[in-house]
Order: sequence, then structure tokens, then C-alpha cells
Amino acid sequence: MSSTHPSSTTTATPVVVPVSTAALWLVGALFLALAMYFLVGVDQGAVSVFGQNSNIHEFVHDARHLLGFPCH
Amino acid sequence: MERELIARGALCGALAGLLTFVFGRIFAEPYIQRAIDYEAGRDAAQALMNKTADLPAEPELFSRTVQADIGMGVGMIAFGIGMGVLFALVYAVCLGRVGRLRPRPLALLVAAAGFLGLYLVPFLRYPANPPAVGQADTIQQRTAAYLAMVLGSVMLLGLASWLGQQLRARFGTWNASLLAGAAFVLAIGILMALLPSFGQPITAGLGASASETPLPLTDADGVVRYPGFPADVLFYFRLYSVAGQLLLWAAIGLLFAPMADRLLNPAARRVDAVARA
Repeated sequence: MSSTHPSSTTTATPVVVPVSTAALWLVGALFLALAMYFLVGVDQGAVSVFGQNSNIHEFVHDARHLLGFPCH
Repeated sequence: MERELIARGALCGALAGLLTFVFGRIFAEPYIQRAIDYEAGRDAAQALMNKTADLPAEPELFSRTVQADIGMGVGMIAFGIGMGVLFALVYAVCLGRVGRLRPRPLALLVAAAGFLGLYLVPFLRYPANPPAVGQADTIQQRTAAYLAMVLGSVMLLGLASWLGQQLRARFGTWNASLLAGAAFVLAIGILMALLPSFGQPITAGLGASASETPLPLTDADGVVRYPGFPADVLFYFRLYSVAGQLLLWAAIGLLFAPMADRLLNPAARRVDAVARA
């Protein structure tokens, strides 16, 4: 296993993602993550971005409850 | 490198979400159904007490089967992808900036932070509720308070890890970690105390209760017409809620760790291959 290799156990992991050059990907990933969190957890409950119906809310209803979000 | 990490995070998250769905479908779904049945029975009892005609059930957009099988699966996988991507993002930024942590332990620590910050600490203040628990007219306030709790706990957890790193040179890793942990507990305790509780105080012999768990339905003479929400259903729902999130984050961390290790240590892998040959 690679963990037995000395270089991977004794040295610090170098900075591999300089924030300045990776900013676009990092911001994009953050946006995607927040969108998923909002869609499954919040939308069409207290606030609604995707329309004034409850299709999303009802569809993911059980997941929303089990993940701990206030639902209705 | 960030692209490789984020893609792997999304993949791990999707798998973890699928696993959590299977777990939830088997263990939690029976309790969700019992909570829904309780709600329906209570509504019927209330209608009978009010001597009104039982309101025709509003047409469901999706049947219970669709909600429990497809909806929950899609919801869990989508949430898993989101959290996997968020995990990979934090992991990528942490690489090389958090001391001597190696790729695999770092994966487990970031996953633990996600579980604590996004779920378990907010859960301590606002625990997960099954259907039927919670007044419909407070959904706005409850959602706002819950999201404030999530945001607060994520930010304070980030601040605490920053603080720990600052104190490390002076107090050593062990004491710095303890101090940062104590600061987190103190700060989050203050936030919890400031956020509102929901539910009406009950004066009829049961003492005050700061929850919206339905109490027994009584008529004007105090006769119980419908029981309060079953305690076991509430307990097991919450237990499986915690277990489900624990499973989600553990799976993300454990699936991602070896992938990140291979990605970040290609040299070590080559040496391994030579050694095995």
C-alpha cells in the first residue's frame, strides 16, 4: 500500500490547488453544491425559486424529512 | 487538479447518496409512513369533533410509492452529489494548508466536519422531524432559524479550525485543539441560546414544552379523542435520520480517501507496483 511509502507518511502534502488559478472551478463547485442543498432541502417550502407549485417539494418530500430539514 | 478532485467528490457523493437512500428506504420509511398515518387519523378525529364533514383528501401530486421509492432516491442522490462536491471543494482548499495531514486522514476529517457542521450540530438545536410534527404556519420561521443554525455552525467550525492552527505554535497540537474545541462549544452554545424555540408552552399539567410535537387531541371536557404523537415513532425517525447522515458523510470520506491518495501520490504508487512485481 502507498501508506507504507516513507514520502507519503512524513512530508506534508504540498499545496496542489492554488486558489487564484482554480477560482472558477471552486466557485462553480460551490454554486452547484448550494443549488443541490437548496433544491432538496428548502425550495418550495418556506421560499420558492423554482415556481409557485410544490412539485419538487412533494417529490423529494421523504428525503427532505430524513435529512433533517424543516418540511411543512 | 481541482477538476479531478471535484469530479471524484461528485462520484463519491452520488454513491454515498444511493447508499443512504437504500438505508433510509429500509429503516426510516416505515416510520415516515406511520407518521403520515398518524396525521391522517388525527385530521379525521379533528373533523369528527368539529362535526364537519371529513374533508376530502387533497389530491396528492405524487403517490406515497413514488415519494418513498423514486423521490427519496433522487433526492438523496442529488443531495449526495451536492455534498460530495462541497466536500471535494473544501478538501482541495485544505490540501497543503493544514499542516502534516496526509491525503486519507484529511478526507476523513473533512467528512467529519461536514457531518458535524452541516447536520449534527444544527440537529442538537432543531432535531429532524417526521411528517405531522411541526405547525404549518411556522414553516417560514423554522426554516430561517434552521438555516441560521447551519450557517452559524459551519462558520464557527471553520473559525475554530483556523483558531486551532493559530494557537498551535504556542500551545502544541493537543492543547491548541482542545482550546479551539472549547471556543467552538462556547460560541455555538451562545448561538443556540439566542435562536428561537418553537411550540406553545403547555400549562395543562405537562409543563412547558418547546416543541411542536402534537399533544393528545382533547375535547371541551378534556377527554382524549386522539392520542399524542407516538414517542417511539419520533425516536426511531430521529435515530435513523442521524444514522443516515452519518452514513452519507462516512461513505463520502471513505470512498474519497483512497481515490485522493492515488491521485496525489502517483510516485508512491509506482514504487509500490515495482515492489510488488
